[in-house]
Amino acid sequence: MHLLGYQFSPLWTDWLVYLLVFSGVAFFLYARRHEHLVRPWRQVAQRPLAMAAALVLMAYIVIGLADSFHIREQRDNGGVSDGPVFSSEVVSLLDIALTTLRERQEKTYSAPFALNSYAKESIELAAGAIVRDYPRLQYGGAHLEDLSQRQADIIAKALRALIESVLVFLVITAMLNYMLSRRQAHGFSRQLLLLIRGDSKLPWRSLLLTGFAITLTSLLLVRLAPYYHVLGTDKVGQDVLYLSLKSIRTGLVIGGLTTLFVLPFALTLGIMAGYFRGRIDDIIQYLYTTLSSIPSVLLIAASVLMIDVYIQNNADQFPTIAERADARLLFLCLILGVTGWVGLCRLLRGEALKLREIDYIQASQAFGVSHARILSRHILPNVMHIVLITLVLDFSGLVLAEAVLSYIGVGVDPSMISWGNMINSARLEMAREPIVWWSLVAAFIFMFLLVLCANLFSDAVRDAFDPRVHGR
Amino acid sequence: MLAYIARRLLYAIPILVGVNLITFALFFVVNSPDDVARVHLGGKHVTEEAMTKWKADRGYDKPLFYNPDASGADKFRETIFFDKSARLFVFDFGAADDGRDIAYDIRQRMWPSLAIAIPSLLVGLLVNITIAMILAFFRASYIDIAGVIMGVVLMSISSMFYIIGGQYLVSKSLHLVPISGYDDGVNAIKFLILPVIVGLIGGIGSGTRWYRTIFLEEINRDYVRTARAKGLLESSVLFKHVLKNAMIPILTGVVVILPILFMGSLITESFFGIPGLGSYVIDAIQAQDFAIVRAMVFLGSVLYIVGLILTDISYTLVDPRVRLN
Repeated sequence: MHLLGYQFSPLWTDWLVYLLVFSGVAFFLYARRHEHLVRPWRQVAQRPLAMAAALVLMAYIVIGLADSFHIREQRDNGGVSDGPVFSSEVVSLLDIALTTLRERQEKTYSAPFALNSYAKESIELAAGAIVRDYPRLQYGGAHLEDLSQRQADIIAKALRALIESVLVFLVITAMLNYMLSRRQAHGFSRQLLLLIRGDSKLPWRSLLLTGFAITLTSLLLVRLAPYYHVLGTDKVGQDVLYLSLKSIRTGLVIGGLTTLFVLPFALTLGIMAGYFRGRIDDIIQYLYTTLSSIPSVLLIAASVLMIDVYIQNNADQFPTIAERADARLLFLCLILGVTGWVGLCRLLRGEALKLREIDYIQASQAFGVSHARILSRHILPNVMHIVLITLVLDFSGLVLAEAVLSYIGVGVDPSMISWGNMINSARLEMAREPIVWWSLVAAFIFMFLLVLCANLFSDAVRDAFDPRVHGR
Repeated sequence: MLAYIARRLLYAIPILVGVNLITFALFFVVNSPDDVARVHLGGKHVTEEAMTKWKADRGYDKPLFYNPDASGADKFRETIFFDKSARLFVFDFGAADDGRDIAYDIRQRMWPSLAIAIPSLLVGLLVNITIAMILAFFRASYIDIAGVIMGVVLMSISSMFYIIGGQYLVSKSLHLVPISGYDDGVNAIKFLILPVIVGLIGGIGSGTRWYRTIFLEEINRDYVRTARAKGLLESSVLFKHVLKNAMIPILTGVVVILPILFMGSLITESFFGIPGLGSYVIDAIQAQDFAIVRAMVFLGSVLYIVGLILTDISYTLVDPRVRLN
C-alpha cells in the first residue's frame, strides 16, 4: 500500500496500538449508550484536576500515535526495476514532522541553547595555528551572525510564541464562551464571568488553563527548537528534545500494550476460577500462586535474557535493527503482562465468587442458561469496573518500570529510544565536570509529567467507579 | 498450630516444583544449551569443539530429562534437569558460569543487603506511619489534601531520580558522604546513610498513601464511633484505638516482605556500589550468567513463600478472630 510516494509499513507493535485504540473507541461508543457506564465518567469529567491531567495525557497520546504510523519514503529506483522502490529505513509521521530536529546532529554533548560544543577540540585557525577550544556547533544558533545576540534572539522568539499562544487562548476562550452562552441562555459577558469564576458544570476553567500551558509549551518549542538545541544534545550529538519526544511512544506502548496482554489471562482465568470453583479454581489458583511467587523482576530478567539469546541466534528473522527492537519491545510487554495478570486475576476471582451467589445468577442457572452465556452476559459486565480501575492504576507503574528495567539491562532494546535508555546513558556522565545534566532533566520532566497525570487521572477513575467509595 | 504450619509447608512444595519447572523451561527449553553456548562464546563462528568444551565444563552436555546411556537410576540422575534444577531443592546451587561457588557468594553478599534493607524498612515504617497518622488526624482538611497531592507527586518520580538526585546533592555538591562503595563493620555506616535516606524519601509517597487508607478504613468503623460517643478526645481515639487496630494490616504487610529483604534492592545496590545480592543479580544479568539468575529466581520464590506463611501465622497471633483451619 503506498500513497504520495510513501509506503505504509507498520511494525508489529503498531498493529497492536491500532487494536488498542480501536477497542478504546469501541468501548467509548458502547459506554455512551449505557447510563450506568456514563454516570461514573461524568463524575470523572467534573473533577478539574482529573480533566487537566486527561488533557495532558491526550497530548502525550497524540504524539505517541503520530509515532506509531510507520512509513518508508520512496527512493529513486535508478531505472533498475519497474515498480517504485522504497527506502529500507522506516520512519514515523513524528519523525517526518521533526525532520529538522532529527537531522541536525552535532558531534557530541552540548548544553541547552549552547552555541559551542561541550568538549574541547583542536581547531585550526585561518593563520594555520592550532588552538584547543570549544568548537562552534554546526547547527545550534547557526542563524546568528553576531553571537552576542543570542539572548535577545531567544527572548524575541519566546515573546513571539507567548503572544501567539495568548491569541490562540483568547480565540478559543471566546468561542467556548459563545457556545456556552448560547446553550445556557446567559449573556456573553455574564457567561464569561461564570467561566472565570469556575462556575460551570464541566471544569472549563482548568481545561482552558491547561490548554494554554500546552499551547505555550508547544509554540515555544516550534519557535525555538529549529534554531537551538533547546534541551541540549547527547553523547553522539542527537537533539535531546527529539529523543524525549520519541520516548513517549515507548512509554505509552509499555503501559498500554501490557494491559492488552493482561486482559485475556486475567479475565478468563479469574472469572472461571470464581464461577466454577472446585477443581478448576484449584488449578488456576495454583497457576497464579506459582507465577506470583517468583519475584517479578527476576522473572522478567530471566525471560528477557532468554529472548535475547533467541534473537541473537536467529538474527536472520529480524532483518533491521528497528524490527529487532520492536520484537523485543513486544516481548517485554508480553512478559510484563504475564507477570502482571495475577493481581487482577485474584480480584476478579473474588468478585466472581461473590456474584455467583447473587439471585439473578442463580435464577439464570435455574432457567438453564448456558455457562458461557452467564459468564459473558451477567458476570463479565459486572466486573468491568474492577478491570478498568486496575488497568488505569497499573499504567503509571509500568511506565516507571520501563526505566528501571532498561537500567538493569532487561528493558527495551538498547537501540530503542526510551527514557530508561536516556537515563542509563546520562548516568555514566554524572562524574564529568561540568556535569552533563540536561539528558537526565529532560527524561525526568517528560516522565514525571506523564506519570503524574496518569496518577491523578487514575485516582479520579477509581473514585468514580469504585462502589465502596460511594458508600462513604 | 504446629499442624497448621506443617500443612502450610506442605502446600509450598507443589508451588516450588512449579517454579522449578518454569525456570527450567525458560533456561533450557526455550533455548537449547547449544544456543546459550554459542552466545557466550560470541556469535556465529564458534567451532564445534569450543562449544562442546564450554558445555562440558559447566555440565550442560547431558540430556535434558532422560539419559539412555546411563544405567538404573542414573538414567534420570545424569541429566541437566537433575543437576541444575532438582538440586536447588536442597539449596545446592552449584557453580556459576565463571566457576565460583554460588552458595558461598550468596552467604557473603546477604549481609550488605540486609544492612541496607533493615534500617530502610524501620525508618520508612516510622516516618510513613507518623505522616499517615497526621494526615488521618487532619482528614478532609487542607493539610490532608496537600499531603495527599504531595504524595501523588512524590509517587510519580522514578526511584532512579531520587538516587541520582541524592547522590548529586549530598555527595557531589556537599561532600557529606561518599557517593558509593562499601566497607566492613562500623565503617559501613557512612556508606549506608545516603541509600537509607534516599530509600526513605522515595518510599514516602506510596507508603503514606497506603497507611492513610488503612487508618481511614479503621476510622469509619463502629468501635471508633463508640469511642467518640463515650466522649474520648479525637487524639486518644486515634492513637489508642485506631492505631492499635490498624497495626494488624500494617504488621502483616511488613511480615510478608521480611524474607524478601535478603534479596536486597537491585537498583539501590547497583547505584551505590554495595556488594549485596541485588547487585549480584544485576552483575549476573549483565554477564549473562544464567546459573546465578536461576539460583536467585529459586531463592527469591522460596523467600516469598516463607513470607506468605509467616504472614498467615502472624495473622493468627495478632488477630484472635482468625481461626486456624
